[in-house]
Amino acid sequence: MRIGFFLREALRSMSRNAVPSFAAMASVLVTVLVLGVFIPVVQATTGAANDVRSRVLVNVYLKTNAKPEDVARVKNLLDTKVAHVGKVQYLSKAEALREQKARYPEAYELLGSNPLPDTFRVTPDKPDNALKLRDALSPIAPGGGRTTIDPSIDTVKNSKDDTQKILVATRVVKLTTGLLAILLIVASVLLVSNTIRLSLFSRRREVEVMKLVGATDWFIRWPFVIEGIVLGALGGLLAILLLLIGKIALLDPLISQFALLAAPKTIHMGLLVVVLLGASIAVSAVGSGLSLRRFLRV
Amino acid sequence: MATTEADILARETARLTAPSVVEFRRVTKRYANGTGLDDASFTVRRGDFVFLVGSTGSGKSTVMRLLIKELEPTAGTIRVAGRDLADISRSKVPYFRRNLGVVFQDFKLLPNRTVHDNVAYALQVTGGSRKEVRAKVPDILRLTGLSTKLHHFPDQLSGGEQQRVSVARAFVNHPPLLLADEPTGNLDPETSIGIMQLLYRINRTGTTVIVATHDSAMVDRMRRRVIELHQGRIVRDEVSGLYAPRELSTAEFGALLREPAPEPKRVRDPGDEFDEAFRD
Repeated sequence: MRIGFFLREALRSMSRNAVPSFAAMASVLVTVLVLGVFIPVVQATTGAANDVRSRVLVNVYLKTNAKPEDVARVKNLLDTKVAHVGKVQYLSKAEALREQKARYPEAYELLGSNPLPDTFRVTPDKPDNALKLRDALSPIAPGGGRTTIDPSIDTVKNSKDDTQKILVATRVVKLTTGLLAILLIVASVLLVSNTIRLSLFSRRREVEVMKLVGATDWFIRWPFVIEGIVLGALGGLLAILLLLIGKIALLDPLISQFALLAAPKTIHMGLLVVVLLGASIAVSAVGSGLSLRRFLRV
Repeated sequence: MATTEADILARETARLTAPSVVEFRRVTKRYANGTGLDDASFTVRRGDFVFLVGSTGSGKSTVMRLLIKELEPTAGTIRVAGRDLADISRSKVPYFRRNLGVVFQDFKLLPNRTVHDNVAYALQVTGGSRKEVRAKVPDILRLTGLSTKLHHFPDQLSGGEQQRVSVARAFVNHPPLLLADEPTGNLDPETSIGIMQLLYRINRTGTTVIVATHDSAMVDRMRRRVIELHQGRIVRDEVSGLYAPRELSTAEFGALLREPAPEPKRVRDPGDEFDEAFRD
């Protein structure tokens, strides 16, 4: 009886206050739409940035005359002594030649012998530590220039400029998108709660009368909360429908042509739908319940 | 003769020994910008019909708002049906209000509901079932003469009809105490009589009725208990009183009007053409 009554009350007030209800629903719709577009964009951007950063490497070239025991010693050194080492990949002379031949077959046809040294490709534990790792492997000598920590190491390279640029650029991208996402979420919550407050404000007299007749707070509140749930769900569903249509009609045909769109780390569509729907319902239900508090003080 | 006097005495003692429904004991209510009620004490017993009279700002509405616990008194105790209002916590106020019927000057109907639903809401609030609504609402609407307007919305009704809806809503729970704050303040004299008759009929069923009003004609005609307030103080409490202690004669009223008003004068301006022309 009670639940049926509250449901009927909520439906009645929605149909009798069609315009404010529609405004509330529209604001939920717009917000969810924007969020629905923005969340995957942010994720794709950060994903791409992280992808770029993960390719930051430090190459350790050994001398061309290094013997197998030298190789083993350096490997041991890298594995145990040096800080900030993430992953170590060993590339022997032969492997390096094969790799290069595959890339530039004509150039290596001309070479009789193998000019390439044994190489360790060292990935730092965090991309930000790439430069520190390099310093650890080849400390700066007192007289300028660089020494190496092992005599059999020829040079340590990671083209300093490129690494720094990549690190700075990707950090800026990540920070900006993160900030934008936070601003957007705050703006959406404010927009939705404001619209709800407005539509409640026009009904504050009604709430006052209900209180004077002897209605308890929750007796008044439940219909409003149910109304919020219904409007939030309606707005959210419509927005998700639009998003799906957009995805199928616009995004999917383009996905093969743009790497950014195909970034593997974007949120799964099903999860996105659930999150957006949940958020829109929760925000509008809690919003109407809380906004009512002011008018219940009679 | 002796028997009738004894009868009157018996009736009078019965009235005085009836349990008190409302009791104000030295109640003071101060607002930020003045006093609403100053050291007021009175008792209303079960079955009473009481008029609260006084000019605007005399504290009538303050009494009403204190009674529904919309306001808290600054000092003193208020008891309704033996219960101290200060002991009722905020969360219990709704349950307390269900024992009161309240009628307002501006009706306070729910604009989005039909006459029937407005009255039914008072029942639904108390958890009344659909069966109860179906049984009681048509009854009370018949009593108030609104059976033909069941499905009208408040803005489709005249002021008198709206007030009758609000009386119906106040009485549908059959509360022991009915409060009416200026119930006829917005109505013409003819309609007012109808509303008063309704309140009187409700009083006859044993409900205690307190009416705040400045409708002097009504008070004088009904000759019920009158409590007069003036600037927050109770200045008069009579068992069957008139609106004013004694009616002024026409001559006295005329004198009252004539006396303090100064004669309007225009200061003459010496150089003015018109003043020169009309100089006497």
